[in-house]
Amino acid sequence: MAYHGKRINPSRFEKGQLKIIIILLPLVIFMALPIIFIANHAFKPMDELFAFPPTFFVKNPTLENFTKLIKFSRTSGVPMSRYIFNSLIVTVLTVGLSLFFTTCAAFALSKIRFKGRDTMLQINQLAIMFVATAVLIPRYLVICKMGMIDTVWAHVLPLIAYPVALFLVKQFVEQVPDSLIEAAYMDGATDFQVYRKIIIPMIKPAIATAAILVFQQVWTNMETSNYYINDDSMKTLTFYMNSLVNANNTVSGQGMAAAASLILFLPNLILFIILQNSVMNTMANSGIK
Amino acid sequence: MTNKAVATKRPNKIAKRNNNKNGYFFIAPYAIVFTIFILIPVVLAVILSFTNFNAIEFPSPVGFLNYITLITSDEVFMQYVLPNTVVYAVVVGIGGYVLSFILAWALCNLTKLPRTIFALILYSPSMTTGVAMTVLWKVIFSGDQTGLLNSWLINLGIITDPIIWLVNTNYLLPIVIIIGLWSSMGIGFLSMIAGILNSDESLYEAAAIDGVRNRFQEMIYITIPQMKPQMLFAAVMSIVGAFQNGMISTLLTGNPSPGYAAQLIVNHIEDYGFQRYEMGYAAAVSVVLLLIVQLFSRGANSLLTDKDVY
Repeated sequence: MAYHGKRINPSRFEKGQLKIIIILLPLVIFMALPIIFIANHAFKPMDELFAFPPTFFVKNPTLENFTKLIKFSRTSGVPMSRYIFNSLIVTVLTVGLSLFFTTCAAFALSKIRFKGRDTMLQINQLAIMFVATAVLIPRYLVICKMGMIDTVWAHVLPLIAYPVALFLVKQFVEQVPDSLIEAAYMDGATDFQVYRKIIIPMIKPAIATAAILVFQQVWTNMETSNYYINDDSMKTLTFYMNSLVNANNTVSGQGMAAAASLILFLPNLILFIILQNSVMNTMANSGIK
Repeated sequence: MTNKAVATKRPNKIAKRNNNKNGYFFIAPYAIVFTIFILIPVVLAVILSFTNFNAIEFPSPVGFLNYITLITSDEVFMQYVLPNTVVYAVVVGIGGYVLSFILAWALCNLTKLPRTIFALILYSPSMTTGVAMTVLWKVIFSGDQTGLLNSWLINLGIITDPIIWLVNTNYLLPIVIIIGLWSSMGIGFLSMIAGILNSDESLYEAAAIDGVRNRFQEMIYITIPQMKPQMLFAAVMSIVGAFQNGMISTLLTGNPSPGYAAQLIVNHIEDYGFQRYEMGYAAAVSVVLLLIVQLFSRGANSLLTDKDVY
């Protein structure tokens, strides 16, 4: 028989794979170019930023742009350390609370039976398609009414409930065998003990995935700073970096802005590389049935 | 004795799990935040869409006026925003979806190391969401000779004079679309990879015996039917992504974009809501957006859900 089937996830390298690599390679390079460019741009000294014709790769890398970025922030009213501090607090609070709320809800939705559970599940399923930008205005009104303008909660609370994260975690909790939970109940465990001692240790990959998703939402979020915060000292690093890009729309500002972009992008990338195994593990259960 | 004790205890516990009020405690924190920041805003948007609201005075009801205006007399919406959004959603939503499936499938034919590296590179643009990369696009599409793209094209002899990419209304939407496509390999893409990798291996062998002759047939008859749930998840993700992404054009060219050339429905909402303070009208546009997304997701749902049971 000419065709043997089962080429998915091969364990060894075969000649046939070379074809695929050759077809994919140009596209992968195209996708990677902008990121390689920004990484190079951030380390370019002044004369290379001004260079004509413009260069792609950096020749004499320097940290000039990064030091300038820090110096520049001293001249503005609010020091950069303040924005970093804000971003850290906001990110930690949002990711932490979101993970706690989401795992609790996922446990309830898949392993505890109570009235109204199916309705709640369906609502969350619908909310996966929720487009946050569409309700910018009503959200603003809600935050206003609750007196949260200019507080850290305006950054944190709107991003905690993330239906996609809950959906993914819930799918994963469903994989935890019922017999294990039954056994724990029989030994006299309370619901919270089951959540803490059985569910949490078994769904670590899903927690990691939810953490990445929420992190990406909050770390790059500018809307909260833009619309819910008037006080400059309460805004986040992302907002600061962006205002910097807009204020210095000159060639010298470009270097700084590229450095800023890199600073914003790297945590995302590193976190994903560390957790990618967990993410792929979670995604296996991501199907909507 | 102990066996009997367990046997009598067990039904109790299961019964307790059947209507367990503790469920409400576990779901409450999430449900409260969800209600305040997702449910109530959506309901408010619907209510506001029937009012005239300028953010200062109390909203006054106007019935369907906002919707009627939107359909009959908002020239910008009908002439630019709606066509732009449709083009963007079709190319980035559907195009990105098909592309991410093909890429996911191709990657799954590779061994683990190259697959992981390629997947990482393809996924990483989706992490750059808007803000972080503004400067990058501004440098590449800069309108004079110092712009990277202009410089390359001039060197290659394709153009003689630099093109003012970000002002020229002919190029604006394609640029936004290319950036959108570039960053469209998100979690839907990862979901598809996982879906393909987890398909049942024995089916591939059986299919080969049953006469499947090449990879393409294998993909159509074996892989896709098995990963429909993942494909649906990815479809929903790309629909939402396609309608949600308005940041690109705002960051590149400001809002409204020159000649409304890259004005998407999300930009239209921001324009009316936060620049003209016609919040009732903006809310009506929001409701239309949410309905469109629901409609498309329903469509994907009926295409990709199996009604028949194996």
